Amino acid sequence: MTEATMNYDEAISKFDPVLGLEVHVELGTNTKMFCGCSTVFGAAPNTQVCPVCLGLPGALPTLNKIGVESAIRIGLALNCEIAEWCRFARKNYFYPDMPKNFQTSQYDEPIAFEGYLDVEIDTDEGRKTFRVPIERAHMEEDTGKNSHVGGATGRIHGADYSLVDYNRAGIPLIEIVTKPITGTGKYAPEVAKAYVAALRDILRGLGVSDVKMEQGSLRCDVNLSLRETPESKLGTRSETKNVNSLRSVERAVRYEVTRHAARLAAGEQIVQETRHWHEDTGISTSGRPKSDAEDYRYFPEPDLLPIAPSREWVEELRAALPENPAVRRARLVADWGLSEIDMNTVINSGALDLIVEAVDAGVDPAAARKWWTGELARIANDRAIELEELPVLPSHLKRLEELIAAGSLNDKLARQALEGVIAGEGDVDAIVAARGLAVVSDDGPLLAAIDEALAADPAVVETIKSGKLAAAGSVVGAVMKATRGQADAARVRELLFEKLGVSE
Amino acid sequence: MSDLIKKDASELAGMVASREVSAVEVAQAHLDRIAAVDGAVNAFLHVDTEGALASASAVDAKVKAGEQLSVLAGVPLGLKDILATNGLPTTCGSRVLDGWIPPYDATVVTKLREAGIVILGKTNMDEFAMGSSTEHSAFGPTHNPWDLERIPGGSGGGSSACVSAFEAPLAIGTDTGGSIRQPAAVTGSVGVKPTYGGVSRYGIVALASSLDQAGPCARNVLDTALLHSVIAGHDPMDSTSINSPVPDVIAAAKRADIKGMKVGVIKELGGEGYQAGVRTRFDESVALIESLGAEVVEVSCPSFPAALAAYYLILPSEASSNLAKFDGIRFGNRVGDDGSKSVEQVMSETRAAGFGPEVTRRIILGTYALSAGYYDAYYGQAQKVRTLIKQDFDASFAKVDVLISPTAPTTAFKIGEKLDDPLAMYLNDVATIPVNMAGLPGMSLPIGLAPEDNLPVGLQIIAPAMADDRLYNVGAAIERELLTKWGGPILGLAPELAGA
Repeated sequence: MTEATMNYDEAISKFDPVLGLEVHVELGTNTKMFCGCSTVFGAAPNTQVCPVCLGLPGALPTLNKIGVESAIRIGLALNCEIAEWCRFARKNYFYPDMPKNFQTSQYDEPIAFEGYLDVEIDTDEGRKTFRVPIERAHMEEDTGKNSHVGGATGRIHGADYSLVDYNRAGIPLIEIVTKPITGTGKYAPEVAKAYVAALRDILRGLGVSDVKMEQGSLRCDVNLSLRETPESKLGTRSETKNVNSLRSVERAVRYEVTRHAARLAAGEQIVQETRHWHEDTGISTSGRPKSDAEDYRYFPEPDLLPIAPSREWVEELRAALPENPAVRRARLVADWGLSEIDMNTVINSGALDLIVEAVDAGVDPAAARKWWTGELARIANDRAIELEELPVLPSHLKRLEELIAAGSLNDKLARQALEGVIAGEGDVDAIVAARGLAVVSDDGPLLAAIDEALAADPAVVETIKSGKLAAAGSVVGAVMKATRGQADAARVRELLFEKLGVSE
Repeated sequence: MSDLIKKDASELAGMVASREVSAVEVAQAHLDRIAAVDGAVNAFLHVDTEGALASASAVDAKVKAGEQLSVLAGVPLGLKDILATNGLPTTCGSRVLDGWIPPYDATVVTKLREAGIVILGKTNMDEFAMGSSTEHSAFGPTHNPWDLERIPGGSGGGSSACVSAFEAPLAIGTDTGGSIRQPAAVTGSVGVKPTYGGVSRYGIVALASSLDQAGPCARNVLDTALLHSVIAGHDPMDSTSINSPVPDVIAAAKRADIKGMKVGVIKELGGEGYQAGVRTRFDESVALIESLGAEVVEVSCPSFPAALAAYYLILPSEASSNLAKFDGIRFGNRVGDDGSKSVEQVMSETRAAGFGPEVTRRIILGTYALSAGYYDAYYGQAQKVRTLIKQDFDASFAKVDVLISPTAPTTAFKIGEKLDDPLAMYLNDVATIPVNMAGLPGMSLPIGLAPEDNLPVGLQIIAPAMADDRLYNVGAAIERELLTKWGGPILGLAPELAGA
């Protein structure tokens, strides 16, 4: 059923939106939070399970230290306080995807709390920073995954039967919860999107998760309420679950603003409920009612010891944190003279760190970027490997660039030298020597090759002489081919025009 | 009846090692005894004849090969049906687990197997260890070998009864509020609840995680110590397991010297509500301890009267969560899945049909106590009482080396007598519960028969955390004097069982 909505601008003119975002991040640990099972995505159902993550009678949890370390690093990167002492708690509710019928989580003692994340968005007055207040980041375990077989919707209602895959059960999750985000006005959708994007960049930079929204390793719930004015008390909120792309985060906020506004304007109440987001139609539909009094009967988990991270450890982790991605990005954009769009390309290519390493080794930023987002990206893609797996060092790129600058290699030859590097044939100079890669700088062989090319295509002489200089390309190409790429194309062109007596 | 069944575990192990008798013969003698008397006692829920003979025969092969054996290799044992056993049914005395065969062994079971101990089968218990009489087993009550019309204690009545009925010289129990010690007391056997964290809980179906502890049951102190030494020790699979050396309980059991020790009598555990004969035997023990050169003083633990109430909030709270997994979805019995019902309905019907009244009562209690708005008043307050109990113990152990009390207020009562009165049933554990609340080690030692009913009385000995060895030293010293006085083990006074 489609619900009534109000035009967005009108909605914003009448109401003040208040946002809340809950993000679940699946950590990229090798093993689960409380047992030694593998966390690799996509394995056959129920092959990565043991008595612990299946919740078999008698089994007990043990804590994954890397999981705790990741949680602390995330907390620090989000400017949070780190608890001196905290515990896990049991969140009790019955559901078939939960092996124990309780989720081991944290309740009133989160590992990280009271932080913030600054995000930038474009506004009518230019780029502007919003501070998103973070209430807490806590550790918990993921549930299994139900699939409902038969029926039209893929949901449990109307299904013939359901299957549960517990491979995901027990994978470490960090839940990051904001405080109510106020003061965004009409930019609520943009702030929401920018927050999730910034969070994703931070998590990627920390190396704690692969943050793939489409695979569910980063999942976002969007809470939204409207109030008449920024001075009014908070309105009733809706919680739109599993909004799993950046674009959808923005759309879901926008949609909920228009839906809430229509209801409120019509004098109706907002139902406190969870809602399902539909990527295809861009609307949300009602899920289950949810009240603040929903009773999970939390109590401290007696099977795990309290966690008391030493201050020394926390400070060690803080000192080793990578530069905040937003700060780093701004610095590199300025240093390298890139556009925002070029920077996006670099970041999306996954080559940022490699380019930074090359630049640090003395390679020109533009050249480093060209190699890693061009030729090397192509090679990695052809071989279906990660960029990091290529055996190309900053020193290799540096030497190639020196040889190009000296005129002893052209682009094509440099690419061949790089092939040699990847094939493990030694350092750049050795490869250049062994493969005989050098620009032919003696005019004699070039002139001979030009004569040959013209003889093979006599008509081109008149074409060029008639002023269609573009036709020279085919002659240059033929010469390059004859010299196996070792000619300097610019010099060939010069010699050709000299010979035909035309000037550019 | 083979005289093998009357022998101590240490003696049997020696005979097997010296090839005086084979482990298979020892196992067979006990299997025969079970066949003869367990129809009346009902200590075993499942007897693993094949597995027992196979592991006995493996021990014999090692003996023949001249391999080094552990201290209890070839000795048979009854295992409480709350420990997961790979390939053997594990029911916890509940219908809800009917038909479940675990795919893994509890750490304690692994240690028993590695030590060449022969597991005869799984022993009866109150459902999910909730009870003090074994009457709450879904598979019928266990009968006290001293008087078949009486209860053998609980929840581990099967383990204590199999030991006192000479069906096994050793047994493993678990103790959440007294489930090893109270059955030991009412059956005239020895039972020890080790320090919390001293024995791995991995693979033991949880009742109340912060209170549960597995421990040894036997007919004398040394055998109990030997079994204790086999099952104790750090386990990385149990986060609450203590990573420090196991106290040398065997040496302590052999030392048996309490001269110069200070022994505290807990003022709050005794007097009113305790059967006259229990008090008589307890007072005699105090005199005996003094005669052995120890100084006995009275200590007060003023918060103990609140222990029972606090326990019956903490235990049901934890249990309500621990038992949530029994829903018929992944294992065990599933009820009502006829294709027409929702998963919630099937879970609900499974639980309603699978759990008995005492389990249901405690799940409801715990669910209520943890509910929003009640948590602070119930669970929160109970935790505060728990802290006070610990402080009482700390203050006492600043003055004395061990504490003593009667293990249970009464001797074995009649089957059915307290079944409809949960509060009366709960009061059986009034003296044992504070020990679990503080995570301390405790022993129950037989100290005679109550004059009025000729039924066994137990003495409870309590030591500081990780000082389990003190229990054995004190217990062995008292036991030695009593054996002399009685002219042999107290179980020699028990009536012969029909069919034997």
